[in-house]
Amino acid sequence: MTATANTNGTKAAKVKKPSKSGAAATWADDRLGLGGLAKKNLRKVFPDHWSFMLGEVALWSFVVLLLTGVFLTLWFRPSMVEVMYDGSYTQLRGIEMSEAYASTLNISFDVRAGLLMRQIHHWAASIFVAAMMVHLLRVYFTGAFRKPRELNWVIGSLLLLLGTLEGFTGYSLPDDLLSGTGIRAADGFMKSIPVIGTYASFFLFGGEFPGDSIIPRLYTIHVLLIPGILLALIAAHMLLLVYHKHTQWPGPGRTEKNVVGFPMLPVYAAKAGGFFFVVFGALALMGGLMAINPVWRYGPYNPAEVTAGSQPDWYMGWPDGALRIMPGIESSFWGVTIPWNVFLPIIVLPGLMFTILLMLPFIEAWITGDKREHHLLERPRNAPTRTAIMVALMTFYGLMWAAGGNDIIATELHLSINQITYFMRGAVFIGPVIAFLIARRWCISLQRHDNETLLHGYESGVIMRDALGGYTEKHLPLPLERAYTLTARDRDEQQLSLPGTDGNGVVKPGSRKDQVRAKLSDWWYRNNVQKPTRAELEEAHHHAELEHVHDAPLEGHAADGHQFDGRHDVHGEELRSH
Amino acid sequence: MSDKHELALTESDPIADPGLPAHLPRPTDVDESAEIRAERQVAALFGISTIFTLLFCVAYFTLDIGDNPTVFLGLGASNVALGVTLGLALLLIGIGAIQWARKLMADTEMVELRHPAGSSEEDKAESIAALNAGVEESGIGRRPLIRNSLLGAMAALGLPAIVALRDLGPLPGDKLFHTVWKKGMRVVQDVDGSPIKPEDMEIGQLVNGEPAVFFEEDANGEPIYHGVELQVEKAKGAVIIVRMQPDDIKPMKGRENWGVEGILCFSKICTHVGCPISLWEQQTHHLLCPCHQSTFDLADGGRVIFGPAARSLPQLPMAVDSEGYLVATSDFTEPVGPSFWERG
Repeated sequence: MTATANTNGTKAAKVKKPSKSGAAATWADDRLGLGGLAKKNLRKVFPDHWSFMLGEVALWSFVVLLLTGVFLTLWFRPSMVEVMYDGSYTQLRGIEMSEAYASTLNISFDVRAGLLMRQIHHWAASIFVAAMMVHLLRVYFTGAFRKPRELNWVIGSLLLLLGTLEGFTGYSLPDDLLSGTGIRAADGFMKSIPVIGTYASFFLFGGEFPGDSIIPRLYTIHVLLIPGILLALIAAHMLLLVYHKHTQWPGPGRTEKNVVGFPMLPVYAAKAGGFFFVVFGALALMGGLMAINPVWRYGPYNPAEVTAGSQPDWYMGWPDGALRIMPGIESSFWGVTIPWNVFLPIIVLPGLMFTILLMLPFIEAWITGDKREHHLLERPRNAPTRTAIMVALMTFYGLMWAAGGNDIIATELHLSINQITYFMRGAVFIGPVIAFLIARRWCISLQRHDNETLLHGYESGVIMRDALGGYTEKHLPLPLERAYTLTARDRDEQQLSLPGTDGNGVVKPGSRKDQVRAKLSDWWYRNNVQKPTRAELEEAHHHAELEHVHDAPLEGHAADGHQFDGRHDVHGEELRSH
Repeated sequence: MSDKHELALTESDPIADPGLPAHLPRPTDVDESAEIRAERQVAALFGISTIFTLLFCVAYFTLDIGDNPTVFLGLGASNVALGVTLGLALLLIGIGAIQWARKLMADTEMVELRHPAGSSEEDKAESIAALNAGVEESGIGRRPLIRNSLLGAMAALGLPAIVALRDLGPLPGDKLFHTVWKKGMRVVQDVDGSPIKPEDMEIGQLVNGEPAVFFEEDANGEPIYHGVELQVEKAKGAVIIVRMQPDDIKPMKGRENWGVEGILCFSKICTHVGCPISLWEQQTHHLLCPCHQSTFDLADGGRVIFGPAARSLPQLPMAVDSEGYLVATSDFTEPVGPSFWERG
């Protein structure tokens, strides 16, 4: 139909009255000029994959933390002034305690929904840190940290560090016996720092431990300083995500040059927005049904008391493990003391591990010499060395974490704590190496398996018996889409054009740095399996066709003798060879 | 160019990209009754959510909270009811929205093109030119005197930022080297402040002790130590008193007379990171720290026999006073608690 009028109306056309929401949008745009921004982003495309949801869990837990945290600040009093408790919890009534602890009891027993909010807040903190870690692993294992996203990796790592500190400052606030013991240990950590340690401790605590300043100071850090930085970094993290556009898995029609998925409005607005309610709902259920940090059982902080089996929150477990298995070494010389047994595992080691984490993208890019942009994700198997490095780091983390529960392992499994500790001292060094080797080999085997399926098809489960009585399983070619997806990855040879090597990755005499780099690059790629070439694929398909021709006469024809298997009409049948 | 390299360039795609697969319609796209069913599902989820929100309000006003969190599932009826109703109200909104997106919103995949993260050469050149023009007009390159004095002034501003934090706390001085213990101060039970006679203690017994001054009052009837001061002194002054078979004890040189009839007194503060130590193994005379499992042999001068601690537990020299109660004969002879730089 053309656009000409199809009636001979006599009335002049009237401009349609704008809708109310349209008028509001115009009002806002006239002042903010959001049209340009909205045009680009309202229908922005996001690719879909279950693993992209992990970061969302972290984001929404953070929002839940903000909401429940504000609720808690309305009643919590960050003060170490001694008061006599006279609230609802009878077991502690009449006991002297800090106002911080008393107000935490008040939130738990005298403010309706207070205990719920406290428990949601604590669960959300645990989930926040856990989700960040799992998200970090996803990003690393799929190579999503590569150019141009290295800075977002750095921001993400900082978020993890700050989230952990935020958790520690948070669970220290109630000033109960358990968290007070944690603060006391933190005081010991600080004092182990050479030269400035004692001063740092006196300045943070406003004098000698415990003093009356630490809870208010931690409170400011917990509700203002760290959340402020977290918010800013999360905003930067999200802006960069939008600017770079999300990575996607390779597949038919999904390339380095495009992004395929569903539009922000309406699909992701509904899915991601809905997911916020799912996360919040799940956390609310946890807060209602699962007790966490029942501070009323621990009692108020008393520097002369301790509970058996004192354990920090789980994300603080791994440095605590390092602290437990470190041999007791201390140096005293020239009138000063360096407690290596504390300084190394709790100050140096976490700093070192965090630096390694932060540097991973840059180390890999330096070794591989890869300067291209990457928007397609890699399967972990297709980067065996990268995958194995993270598996080694995870093993180190896991062993340290287990060492942090050595007393629990000992009592639950009836083992000697001494033997567990001695074992862990070795395991944290040997374990990661073994894990690295196994993971790398495993990846390479999986790469081989992919090539097998590409070249010879997948196992169909159909058993063929040939004329000589031999049995073979029929392999069928992969569907085209699947085969394409398997081959949609880089050949590693593309990388081997580093200075210091010739095109084949062989080391040329050159500068020392280039040589180290070339050797590392060779080590990085050495055993990787490359995808088949076009010629190899054609050769394999040709072979498969021959096999097919060979098998064709057998299709639907039973081998000789099978005509008498009792399931066929035997009338007029005889053995063919007779 | 090598063979391999050439291969990499020409053969990046051994199988040609078959392109995006055709869109397959969902049941809700083609079957009107399925569409209506999905619509009702979503609306029902939102509707039930509202009911749970109302139930939350009902639970808030009807259920008591209070003295006993162990009434219901160890959590209290109010907490359970509020958590479950709020959780389900939220979950149902989320599930409804996701169901809406999956079943009813368009599910045709869209393609957007990517652009390099970096800006175009033109933009780069223009911004560098603008930057240079700005720098040039400021004359910062030509006038090093201004530049350097400004940099110096800004750097100096770092000082107030540090100096102003000076009052965060007092200087350590020798505070970490002393406790309230002194010659003649009674060692008392930490629960009620009652003094201890050697004959009150059995072999193998451990008593948590504190200096008597924590329980004493001044002339006005006010406790001498209370509040923060008490916490600070407790953090250093807490002790444990143990009685062992005198024959089992291997006294360190110069400490032969620090005990009374097999009763020894040690600092309760772990020399590792400062947890109070409390797990006592009667038979072996071992004292285990519950935080990081440092183990001390109290029969052998508080020596570390296992774990991450590096130094022996400081021992408090003891005697009995004229009334026969246990007293300290001096302060600790070394700092108690975790090691620090100035400890020497």
